[in-house]
Amino acid sequence: MHRGKGMKFVGDSRVPDNKKPNIPKDYSEFPGNTEAFWPNFLLKEWLVGAVFLIGFLCLTIAHPAPLERLADPTDSGYIPLPDWYFLFLYQLLKYEYASGQLTVIGAVIIPGLAFGALLLAPWLDTGPERRASKRPIATSLMVLGVLATVYLTWESVESHNWEEAEAQGEMLDEEEMEAAESVDMEAAGYEIYSEQGCIGCHGDQLQGSGAAGPPIFDVPYEPDDVADIAVNGIGEMPAGQFEGSDEDLQTLAEFISSGGNPEEGGGEEEESEE
Amino acid sequence: MLQRVYDWVDDRLDITPMWRDIADHEVPEHVNPAHHFSAFVYCFGGLTFFITVIQILSGMFLTMYYVPDIVNAYESVRYLQGEVAFGVIVRGMHHWGASLVIVMMFLHTLRVFFTGSYKKPRELNWVVGVLIFFVMLGLGFTGYLLPWDMKAYFATVVGLEIAESVPVVGELTKTLLAGDPEIIGAQTLTRFFAIHVFFLPGALLGLLAAHFIMIRKQGISGPL
Repeated sequence: MHRGKGMKFVGDSRVPDNKKPNIPKDYSEFPGNTEAFWPNFLLKEWLVGAVFLIGFLCLTIAHPAPLERLADPTDSGYIPLPDWYFLFLYQLLKYEYASGQLTVIGAVIIPGLAFGALLLAPWLDTGPERRASKRPIATSLMVLGVLATVYLTWESVESHNWEEAEAQGEMLDEEEMEAAESVDMEAAGYEIYSEQGCIGCHGDQLQGSGAAGPPIFDVPYEPDDVADIAVNGIGEMPAGQFEGSDEDLQTLAEFISSGGNPEEGGGEEEESEE
Repeated sequence: MLQRVYDWVDDRLDITPMWRDIADHEVPEHVNPAHHFSAFVYCFGGLTFFITVIQILSGMFLTMYYVPDIVNAYESVRYLQGEVAFGVIVRGMHHWGASLVIVMMFLHTLRVFFTGSYKKPRELNWVVGVLIFFVMLGLGFTGYLLPWDMKAYFATVVGLEIAESVPVVGELTKTLLAGDPEIIGAQTLTRFFAIHVFFLPGALLGLLAAHFIMIRKQGISGPL
C-alpha cells in the first residue's frame, strides 16, 4: 500500500487513486484440494440450494400451514401446546420438582444453567484439544444435554392428546359457518339465551366453544326436549342451568330448536325438507 | 459492458478490496463435500442462512396481507391462505421454514461444538452464534401468536406464564411483552408483531453481519 507523501486521491475524496487488478488468487498452491469460493464452489452450492428449495416447496404444497379457529380467550378447556421446539421446556415444567412452588427450578435455574453453559462454552472448555473424543467432559455434557432435550420433547409429544386437541381447535366448515352467521340476534330468544348464560358455553352464534359446550345451531331436538335439557342438563351439561319463567323457557327452547331463526322456521325442519 | 460499469464504480469507490473480502476466499478440502462426503456437516450453517433468507422474503410478502389487530388478524391470515394466489405457499414456506431453521441451526451448533471449532481464537464468534440462536427462538415464539387462532393464543398464554414465573423481573417482562400485567389481547398482538417484524430481525441482521465478518476474518477452522 502506498503511504505518506505523494498519495493520489480520486477527486477531492478519500479514495486512493491506485488501481488494483481484480484477478482472483490462485488457490492451486494451497494445501490439499483447495477450491476457490467464487465462482467454483458457489455454483455447486447454488445447485444444492436449488434442489433443497424444490424439496421445500413440495413440502409446503403437500402440507399447508395449519390454521385453527379464531382465538377464543374464554375457552378455558382448550389444551394448550407451544410450538415443538419449546416442548422440552413445557414438559420440564410438568415435573414435580420443577413446577408449583419450585417453578423457579424448571423455568430459570435448569434452562439458565444449560443455556448459560452453552453461551460460555469456550471459557468452560479451554483446553487446546479439538477432537470430541479427546475432551470427554465437554462431549459427554453436550450429549447428555441433547439426549435430555430429545427425551423431554418426546415425552411431551407422547402425553399430548393430539386428536382431542385437533377437534378442539377445528374451524367450522362452511355450512356450519353459514348457520352460525344466520343466527337472529334480534330475536327474543337470543336475549334469553344470552341472559341465562347459555352464551358462555355455546357461543354468541350458537357455534359452541370447543371443550366447554358443543355447537347447538343444528340440534335434533324438539322445543320440549330443549326445554328439558336446559333445566335438567344432558351429558356433561349440569342440571339447573336455566333459572327463569316457564314462558321464557318456551321462547328459548323454540329459539334453539329452530337453529336461532325462530321466524324462518328453523334449521332442523329446513333440512328435513331438503 | 459489465466490466466497464464495474470499473466506473471501482474508480470512484475502490470496491475491489471489499469484493475480495466477500467473495475471494478458499474452500479448504476438509469442508468440501465434493472431496469428502462426510463434510456435508459443514453445510448446516449455510443452509441456516439460506432458510433465513427464505424467512425474510416470505415474511415480507406475508406483511402485504397480514393485519396486526385482533379483529382482522385471523381473517387476514385465512384470506391469505384461502383466497390469495400462492398465499398458501408463501405462508407454508414461512411456517415450515420456521421449524427448519431451528433444526438446521441446532445441527450447525452441534457440528461446531463437536469439532471444537469454538476454541481460541473463535470464542467471540461462538458467543454471537448462541445469541443468534436465542433471537431465532424469540422469533419463533413471537411469530406463533400472529395468526391469532386457538393454538397461537393459548401457546402464548402458557409462554407468558412461564416468563411471569421468573423471580424479580418476571412480571415486568410479561408486562413488557403483553402490554398489560393481566390481559393478553389487542396490545399483546401488536407488541408481538412489532417484536417479530422489527426488533428481532434488526438484532438478527446485526448479529449475522458480525458472525460473517468474523468467519471471513478468521477463516474456517482447520481439519481435526
